[in-house]
Amino acid sequence: MHVSARSESAVDWNAVRADFPILQQEVRGHPLIYFDNAATSQKPRAVIDALRHYYEHDNANVHRGLHELSSRATEAYESARARVASYLGAATADEIVFTRGTSESINLVAQSWGGKFLRADDVILLTEMEHHSNLVPWQLIAERTGARLRFVPVRDDGTLALDQLASLLTEEVKLFSFTHVSNSLGTINPVAELCAKARAAGALTLVDAAQSAGHMPLDVRELGCDFLAFSGHKMCGPTGIGALYGRAEILDRMPPWQGGGEMIVSVALEKSTFKKPPHRFEAGTPNIAGAIGLAAAIDYLERIGRDRIFEHDEALALYAMKRLGELPDVRVLGPRDRRGALVSFVMSTAHPHDVTTFADQHGLALRGGHHCNQPLMRKLGVPGTARASFYFYNQREEIDAMIDILGEAQRFFA
Amino acid sequence: VNTELEELYQEVLLDHAKRPRNYGEIAESAVHVHGDNPSCGDEIHLHVRFAEDGRVDEIKFTGQGCAISQASASLMTTKLKGRSGVEATDLARAFHDLVTTEVTDPPRMLGDLRVMSGVRKFPQRVKCAMLPWRAFEQAMAGNGGASPVSTERI
Repeated sequence: MHVSARSESAVDWNAVRADFPILQQEVRGHPLIYFDNAATSQKPRAVIDALRHYYEHDNANVHRGLHELSSRATEAYESARARVASYLGAATADEIVFTRGTSESINLVAQSWGGKFLRADDVILLTEMEHHSNLVPWQLIAERTGARLRFVPVRDDGTLALDQLASLLTEEVKLFSFTHVSNSLGTINPVAELCAKARAAGALTLVDAAQSAGHMPLDVRELGCDFLAFSGHKMCGPTGIGALYGRAEILDRMPPWQGGGEMIVSVALEKSTFKKPPHRFEAGTPNIAGAIGLAAAIDYLERIGRDRIFEHDEALALYAMKRLGELPDVRVLGPRDRRGALVSFVMSTAHPHDVTTFADQHGLALRGGHHCNQPLMRKLGVPGTARASFYFYNQREEIDAMIDILGEAQRFFA
Repeated sequence: VNTELEELYQEVLLDHAKRPRNYGEIAESAVHVHGDNPSCGDEIHLHVRFAEDGRVDEIKFTGQGCAISQASASLMTTKLKGRSGVEATDLARAFHDLVTTEVTDPPRMLGDLRVMSGVRKFPQRVKCAMLPWRAFEQAMAGNGGASPVSTERI
């Protein structure tokens, strides 16, 4: 770790980049340009080392062993929970449930909270820009409970039709679940405003922070949300770990959603009693190493500074938009000014998959397709897009290289 | 541009993608199959009119998607028109081998379809190339309309 984050002015971004061993490679004879960070981020040595250290020194099961290693593993696991809580600005660590990631966090709320509290004709309000992971869990629970789904429309410029919010937030709405940053458009939604309006209308809120948790300062109490879901792997952490933040008084009223060890107080053959949150929602041996790796990732991000990461990434995204605008026949989707760390575009000369295959042959990792946003792609009238998504280890020079490759692709497919 | 890309996107393939042959619909007495590739959004609508003896009398398609899927559909229609059921089945099998296995000497009967051989170096793109052929197999089975085909197992 060579970050000089303490100084007001400068982060040495080249030194930061050197923390990521995977980036120092060639792919198909070209230096790797990794622009698929919205799918998953790369991992710094600090995180890889934390995982190795845990497995080489402290590995044991948590919360039950009366031996030294189990104590260490338990301590590290629960410290990781406290670390996530402070990172999100939660009031206590008990408001943090470890999950496999954003999808599982949302499924947990849908199944546990939704299963208990939703009634026929209640409404779950979503938006048209949701990732399938913030759509399908609600479809499933709506089917089971008779609740209905309603959607805030997306305007042509890629922003939510906020003028319609008042008429959509009727008293039947029990929960408003929406993404912080759109994974396909880059739109940054005004979370605090949305949460305040939902609360005023008597609805709970869930924020899908998959694309924001590792990219910008974020505080659940400032945002005013009731739930927030995110994935570790999109913010330098390992795969298979993420968390759900839930306001304590709401988590307290929610029933378990999976049964097993770790979540019970006592078990008889006919009936069991359950622990308090968060352990009530963590049946079975948890992803201990994952949680420890996530805590290491959080330490790493905070040493750089989330405000600096946001500035850096947004500057890259805006630069990419400017450079893409120099290519003929390229349409960039989403907002023009403020945006998350990605650009999504279509080229009239080539389909997104052909562009992606072409780019891959030049060592450039893009994503092509519908980005788990099929209804939105249909609405925007595109079969899918090519997407370049950035993180703080990416560089302007890589964007310049991408523009050259895309220009070559246009000539190739023209 | 490297060799693998040039082998994948051969000129004949790009030409079929840009100017698809047999593009359109058949108005009457045709089997219609909608094939799609939900993970990437490729789709084709295949229309086939079979003669009484099972021969492919007329075949057309419409669709949208990547160059591979659309060129494959175009090339397929040019190849299948006039073929008997047995010939068509043989072609479908030979084409599948062409895009999935290392065939050093692809059968002559494939003709222009051999320009698709570069696909086998790109495993993620095999389903693009196979989409129209899956649709055709469905048309042959006579289930057009009843059960659309998809490259994803449901």
